[in-house]
Parts: sequence; structure tokens; C-alpha cells
Amino acid sequence: MTSTSTTAPAGRPSRRTGPFRHRGSIWGLLAWVCGLLFFLPFGWMLLTSLHSEPAAATNPPNIGAGLTLQGFREFFGESTGVSPWPPLINSLTASIASTVLVLVLAVPAAYALSIKPVRKWTDVMFFFLSTKMLPTVAGLLPVYLIAQHAGMLDNIWLLVILYTSMNLPIAVWMMRSFLAEVPKEILEAASIDGAGLLTILLRIVAPVAAPGIAATALISFIFSWNELLFARVLTGVVAGTAPVFLTGFVTSQGLFLAKVCAAAVCVSLPVLIAGFAAQDKLVQGLSLGAVK
Amino acid sequence: MTVPLTAKRPRLLRQGVRESSTRPANRPRGAWARRAPLLPALVFLIVVTQLPFLGTLGISFMRWNALDPDNRGFGGLANYRTALTDPTLRSSITTTVILTASVVLVSLLFGLGLALLLDRQFRGRGIVRTMLITPFLVVPVASALLWKHALYNASYGLINGTLTWIWSLFGSSDAPQFDWLSTNPLIAVEASLAWQWTPFMMLILLAGLQSRPLDIVEAARVDGAGTWQVFRYLTFPHLRRYLELASLLGSIYVVQNFDAVFTLTSGGLGTANLPYSVYQTFYQAHDYGLASAQGVIVVACSILIATFALRTVSSLFREETS
Repeated sequence: MTSTSTTAPAGRPSRRTGPFRHRGSIWGLLAWVCGLLFFLPFGWMLLTSLHSEPAAATNPPNIGAGLTLQGFREFFGESTGVSPWPPLINSLTASIASTVLVLVLAVPAAYALSIKPVRKWTDVMFFFLSTKMLPTVAGLLPVYLIAQHAGMLDNIWLLVILYTSMNLPIAVWMMRSFLAEVPKEILEAASIDGAGLLTILLRIVAPVAAPGIAATALISFIFSWNELLFARVLTGVVAGTAPVFLTGFVTSQGLFLAKVCAAAVCVSLPVLIAGFAAQDKLVQGLSLGAVK
Repeated sequence: MTVPLTAKRPRLLRQGVRESSTRPANRPRGAWARRAPLLPALVFLIVVTQLPFLGTLGISFMRWNALDPDNRGFGGLANYRTALTDPTLRSSITTTVILTASVVLVSLLFGLGLALLLDRQFRGRGIVRTMLITPFLVVPVASALLWKHALYNASYGLINGTLTWIWSLFGSSDAPQFDWLSTNPLIAVEASLAWQWTPFMMLILLAGLQSRPLDIVEAARVDGAGTWQVFRYLTFPHLRRYLELASLLGSIYVVQNFDAVFTLTSGGLGTANLPYSVYQTFYQAHDYGLASAQGVIVVACSILIATFALRTVSSLFREETS
């Protein structure tokens, strides 16, 4: 942070040269200030999670208070005895299983939309996209009623199915833009040599598209992990996920700020890791492959 | 500019297909072999997303309250009449529009500013970029809890705490203290959402800025164009479609927001948006018919946004594939 007032480094190849160079320091400083401001709420959450409950609830804020892991111990149920593991495992199950299912369905579909495109493939692409624009809340009630009849309420596999449908359109769009980068010549050579669809997918497409598949998987994981509405309406004590568990963390009595912050940090951790890992492909995924 | 592109392109594509279909011999078999990998995804999506919506549409015309199971039957348009004349629902439509528009606009402006800053070289750019992405990677419920309890809280929240601290620097002990969530509930919800969505806008706009043809900018500079002129006549027109894309995709996500409203205010104090109202009618009032009618209204509103969104995405998309 001491480097804020220095100018653009001379060693690195600068994309922009000329009259802007000498003003770099002011704009760089401003960028740092904005970055820190946007990071502040998260930083505060991190710091508060490491404070004791009384130190977390002071006015003015007690920045230099001693650090403790008490909040995290509370999250893991030290005094209440309620373990966070069942909801965390439920979230992991729902996110990972739906992500796997998304990939199993999306990779062949994207193949049929980019490498050997079907007729009217753009229409199919836009059908996929249009389902994403249908608000999830619009199908909630029939899903609830069907699940009730089928005895699927409070069942994590119901969430797996719903999260798969939620992420499938995004995944198809993302995968199509990644698969479009697979060189056509190699594919033609392989099919001349008599390779079947599965061989082509596994041996040729998968290695080239691996980073894209990984990014798709991470984004699908993030959206499933974050989901609250379906989880809240369709699950109960057995299949409740981490976000639902988090909402139950606020108590009406006593101090809870450090505990809630610790819980929020713990629950956000997988998303933060997945997001930073996919940072470079994040834009392409979020913009459905329209932006590279 | 986007309209003629989207209108013309499919016709061209179709012509191309017709020309290539002059050898019909092994056509059907080949076509189905091509379609096969597509079908599982397509069928899955139709069954899981389209069929339930048809259910919603059907139920919206029924008299059906789970608390009164004997009185179930065809209700005609009664639910729509109730939904549209109910002042709470009408206010939730207004709330949805205000919430979505303000969050998208504010985060778009911040996102543009930050993208312009990050488009320059400076030391620690990677770190700043990572810090700016962080808000987007906090689980939405966690973020809502953070804003509600750690920042907005009237007695120990960071905002009031900072006010106390600043006032104490000047030797004053009566710093102004606000109960942010009850005095300005909608703005409080909007601020927390804008914090979360600014990184999203920034990432798309930054990608747009970096795809800008630099040689033209250089040429303009050589010809004596100033910073503002370069931005006004080169950067901004190039960014226009990225701005459209960012705001429309943002709208699709924000219009569906449930987490922030649910956690921050529980829909109280005029912050209930449409998804929250549907949730409430269904989950608390158990009026299935009315909830479905509200759901259909939400869809109608979304289709309006979605039409524009699809058009924008398709213009970018066709440019890429052509």
C-alpha cells in the first residue's frame, strides 16, 4: 500500500504510453482508494469475526481490540451444540451434484451447437437463454405441489434438479463460446480416422476446452451455493442448505455480531475461493460468453 | 443499429442452410445424429422450467387457498383482479421498478468509473481488481446480514460508529446517529445491492474497454483529440453495447432479487418487491391461486426486459459468429 504514490512501473510493458503516463499516479491513487472503499465492508466483516462479542458491539468501532477465534468456535456450535456441518454438506452436495449434472448435459449440447451445429442452432441457443429470464419464483408453486405429492420435500436431490435447470442455460452458452475455440481441422482429422462422438469429446474436445469447462463448473457451483429462495421454501430440517442456516443465526437475545460475521465468512469461503480461481473467465461466464 | 442486425441475420443463415441442403440423400440420419447430443439438455430444461410455469398459469385461474381446501375451483380472472387492485401488490410493482432501476443505474455508473480507472496501468492493479471483485463473491445472504447488522445497526453499526469517531475527533460527543434501516429502508436495500453488483458491471465494462481498437485511439490522439473527446466520440460509442449488455443482464438478476429484501427488511416498510410478495402470498398466506396470478404478472414484466436483453445479446453474438 506504500506504493500508491508511485508512477506506472517502467519495467512492465505499458499498454498505454504518451501523455497519460505522468498522470498515472493520481489515477492509480484514486483506484486504490476506491478499491479499499469497496473492500471495506468485507474487511470489516473479517475483522469483526475475529473480535469478541462485546468488542464487536462498540460505538465507536474498536479496531484494535484483541483477536479471538470465539466467533468461529460459536459457528461450529460450541455453546449451542448445533453443528454447521449438515447444512454445509447439504450445500456441497447440491452444488457439486448439480454442477456435475450441468456439465454432463451442457457439454454435448454445446458440441451440437458449435462444432457440428444443428439447423437453426441460434434459435436453440436463444431458447436456452430465454428460460433463464423466466423468474424462478414463477415456477415455485407447481414445483412445491409436485414435490409434496411425490414426497420430495426436504430432499436435497430436488434442489439438485432445480439448480441444474437454473445453471444449464448459462453453462450451454458458456461452453459454446469455449468449444468454438477448438480447431476444426483436428476434429475433421479425428472423424476421418473413425473416432466416435465419445472419443472425440473425451480425447480432443475436453483437453482443449478444459479451462472453459473448469470456469463453467465454478460459476455453476457459485450460483448453486448462493441460492436461497428454493432452499428456503422446499427444504426443512433435513435438507436445509448453508444460506438457510445462515439466516437462522441471528438471535433476538444477546450479542451475536461476531458470531454472524464468522458464519458469513465461513459460508462465503467456498465462493470466494471458486471466484478468485475463475477470475479471468468470470466475465465471459457472467456475460454468457458474449464478452471475452 | 441492433435491430437491422438481428432482423437480417437469421434470414441469411437460413438461406445458407437451404443452399447446402441440395444433397438430401443422407440428410435425416445425419441431422438426428447431430441433434442427439442436444436433446438431453433440451428435454431436461423443458420439463423442469417450462412445465411448472404452465402449472402456474393454470393455477392462476383457480380459487385455491391451502387453508380452505374445500373451496377449490375455477375462479376465472378473479385472482388477477385481486392482484392488480390490491394496493400492496401495486406498491410492490412500483418497488420492483424503483429497486431494479436504481440499483442497475448506480452500479453501472460506479462500474464505469472503476473500469476506466482499472483500464490504466498502475502499481498493484491486480490487487485492486481482486479487492473490487470481492463484494460479488460474498454469498448474497451473508452480504445482507453484514449490511444489516455490522453496518446499518443503529447502536453499534460501522456507519454510526464512524460518525461517532469523526465527531469525537473534534471533541464533540453528540454525533448524529441514524437508524438507517427504518428511516431509509429502500435506499438501504439499494445500497447493499449496488455494492454487490458494481463489480459485475465493472468486469463487463472493463472487458469492453480492453477490446477497444487502440490504433484508432492513438490516431485520434495524434490528430490532437483530448481525453474528453476520445472518451465522448470513440470510447463511449464503442462501450454503448457493453453498457446495454451489463445493464440488461444486471436487470434480469436484480429484478429477481429475494435474498436482500428477505434478510434486510423482511419486505417491511415498503421494500417488498414482486418476488418477495409472491413468496409471501404463497408461503405465509397460502393463497395458491393469487400467488400464481402474481407469478404470471412477474413473468409478464420480465418478458418485457428479456426482449430487450435478448436483442442486445444477439447483436453481440452475431457479430462474434459472423
